[in-house]
Amino acid sequence: MAKKLESNFINMVVVLFCISLIASAGVGYMYTLTEKPIAKAAQQKQQEAIRSVMPGKFDNDPAQEKWSKEVDGKILEFYPAKSHGELIGTAVKTFSNNGFNGYIEIMVGFKPDGSIHDYSALVNKETPGLGSKMNFWFREGNPGSVKGKTPGKSGLKVRKDGGDVDAITAATISSRAFVDAINRAAAALEGADATSGATQQNK
Amino acid sequence: MSHIKTLTNGLFRENPTFSLLLGMCPTLGVTTSAFNGMGMGLATTFVLVMSNLVISLVANLIPDKVRIPAFIVIIAAFVTIVDFSMQAYVPALYESLGLFIPLIVVNCIVLGRAEAFASKNGAIASIFDGLGMGLGFTMSLTLLGSVRELLGSGKIFDITVMSDQYGMLAFVLAPGGFLALGFLIAIVNRLRKAN
Repeated sequence: MAKKLESNFINMVVVLFCISLIASAGVGYMYTLTEKPIAKAAQQKQQEAIRSVMPGKFDNDPAQEKWSKEVDGKILEFYPAKSHGELIGTAVKTFSNNGFNGYIEIMVGFKPDGSIHDYSALVNKETPGLGSKMNFWFREGNPGSVKGKTPGKSGLKVRKDGGDVDAITAATISSRAFVDAINRAAAALEGADATSGATQQNK
Repeated sequence: MSHIKTLTNGLFRENPTFSLLLGMCPTLGVTTSAFNGMGMGLATTFVLVMSNLVISLVANLIPDKVRIPAFIVIIAAFVTIVDFSMQAYVPALYESLGLFIPLIVVNCIVLGRAEAFASKNGAIASIFDGLGMGLGFTMSLTLLGSVRELLGSGKIFDITVMSDQYGMLAFVLAPGGFLALGFLIAIVNRLRKAN
């Protein structure tokens, strides 16, 4: 084997500099290669989420017509879905910071009358096997189904807090966070209806 | 040492999880399901093979006193490449592994093999060592993930084996991870002694 480079100051600086340079060039190149697929994957996931929470087929691009509103320091995003120009529902990307592991993000679909059609959990870091059941627990046909419920301004509550939503067994905190996210979306949608109606008329 | 021996060394005799007990943090963290374990193992295998190859080639150009930072930069570059690729092409797996992908940088197995093997051996031998260690790691993580998934939720690779009402939730959570790992190590040790 050839002799190792001596550990003097210049050798060390030059070698580290070269390695960092080559490594960052490689990483940069990889970034340009994967930038588009990553954005596409994220967009696809969002489209998928919107489609899954809407009550029927729509023929517009909700992402194009999205509007947003700042609530509690974060942006809520609203995606109106329309069929032949008529609003069939609004998908709302909402969040709560009260999850068992902090932040959760949910896409929830409201019908024009304010009732919940369906939802999909986008960011769910809750405990596997407990709070993570949020992915399906509140959907139609499951114990805590929220389909058809209308949170309105008063909001939903889990049964333990005097409401009528069945919480996930052994995961009341996650369930409260879920309800919190839904209520935030509903309140924002309710409060914003007047303005959104106005913007729609302007078009 | 022949290449085959180098390869099987990582799979059995010096299996990173069951006998070297290296990289315990991702081991316990991601093995909540067999699929997660396998994904993590394969990502680590790629990093191990590539970093072993590059490090064995440039080992003589790196002065001894800065070898650790140099190795880390090389490993980090490959981890970032894996990170980007997974985010682009397998977003679902990327999400469930989350933080543990960037953490491969500081996985003791990767740095350990760079320091103990790749910096002292040729390129071909280093590739085989990386492959053996990586596959050994993948195998153990998949096994541990399967056991935890089966006992915790009655499934393996999301295929239902038994109704999930028999699942012991503890096995999906941290305590079950430690228990399952401990028992698996005991079994592996027993088998090893028997041979």
